[in-house]
Amino acid sequence: MKPADFDFISSMVRERSGLVLSADKTYLVESRLAPIARKDGFGSIDDLISAIRIRRDARLIEAVVDAMTTNETFFFRDKTPFDIFEQTILPDLVARKRGGTIKIWCAAASTGQEPYSLAMIADSLGPKLGGCRLEILGTDISERCLEKAKAGIYTQFEVQRGLPVQMLLKYFKKDGDSWKIDDRLKASIRFRTMNLLDDFRALGRFDVIFCRNVLIYFDMPTKKMVLERMAQQVDGPGYLLLGAAETVMGVTDAFKPVAGSRGLYVQDPAKIGAKAAA
Amino acid sequence: MKTCLVVDDSRVIRKVARRILEDLSFHVEEAGDGSEALNFCRGNMPDAILLDWNMPVMNGIDFLRQLRKDPGGDRPVVVFCTTENDISAIAQAIESGANEYIMKPFDSEIVQSKFAEVGLVVPA
Repeated sequence: MKPADFDFISSMVRERSGLVLSADKTYLVESRLAPIARKDGFGSIDDLISAIRIRRDARLIEAVVDAMTTNETFFFRDKTPFDIFEQTILPDLVARKRGGTIKIWCAAASTGQEPYSLAMIADSLGPKLGGCRLEILGTDISERCLEKAKAGIYTQFEVQRGLPVQMLLKYFKKDGDSWKIDDRLKASIRFRTMNLLDDFRALGRFDVIFCRNVLIYFDMPTKKMVLERMAQQVDGPGYLLLGAAETVMGVTDAFKPVAGSRGLYVQDPAKIGAKAAA
Repeated sequence: MKTCLVVDDSRVIRKVARRILEDLSFHVEEAGDGSEALNFCRGNMPDAILLDWNMPVMNGIDFLRQLRKDPGGDRPVVVFCTTENDISAIAQAIESGANEYIMKPFDSEIVQSKFAEVGLVVPA
């Protein structure tokens, strides 16, 4: 892959998704573009890139951006955020909401394992929810991933990563070689395509935002922009959960860390208010 | 070092499982059927048991039911590892005292994930 082609692809991907591809990722780009080139009948990656340069084919561009995003996920991934959700976030919201609706946004829902894990936790809490109901929105830049999330159908391999067998028994039905998630859980989740670089005010307001393992792929100004816009979308004070390798520290003061709960941040109303007044 | 008894009538499966479990720092022992496994447990109760279902002489479910009645037999963490993948089979295994359940084919990631689930290893 020629350096000029790498620059072209990386700036296109960055402009459309925020994803930063440094020059050491050339091999990664090549290995992910090769299947697209093959599938669309191009003789090589070079031919694919030339076609994009000339035709600006929206479908091909989307396929390239989609291929460069990382969709790695599994049920109850990293476990800790889910323990925090169950033991810290939900009890607080249940007390505050008094039987109302708890709104959750999974901002990088990928193939759906994260929102479904949250729905399983809420369902198994039963009466401890004090009559509150959960409304979960799962968004992702990848339409291909969301299709799978909406279907709620997983392979035998996927239901064995992170998912306790009791949860499998309780919330899945076997469907041939696949496993289909319970319709009741599906009913509490909506999925829609959303690029975090776009205006997301129309999504409404939330009590909790899960945005794990996304910011690590963004540059500093993009991280700051996304976090500060998220701070405007949570009600208060609303929660934010980031991935284990991510932090708001040194990026923005719109959220502050919650002591003792790794990866958990809470909106700082003082800072938001100060900004609005300024 | 924790001991894990691998119970499977296939030597190949036992070998694959051994390699994965040794990487997870287990001392591994092997048994070719439920009856051999029961004899082993009566002499030396392991910390964990990776258990196949369909085996000659004594199958996995009969072994498990007997084990749970034995003195000290409530102690080992039992993870089924079988091609049986119907909901009813999984439910039967759990009711009979299994702690977790792996559907074959499996790989090291699944074993690690399931063993972490029951507290035998730290999560990856």
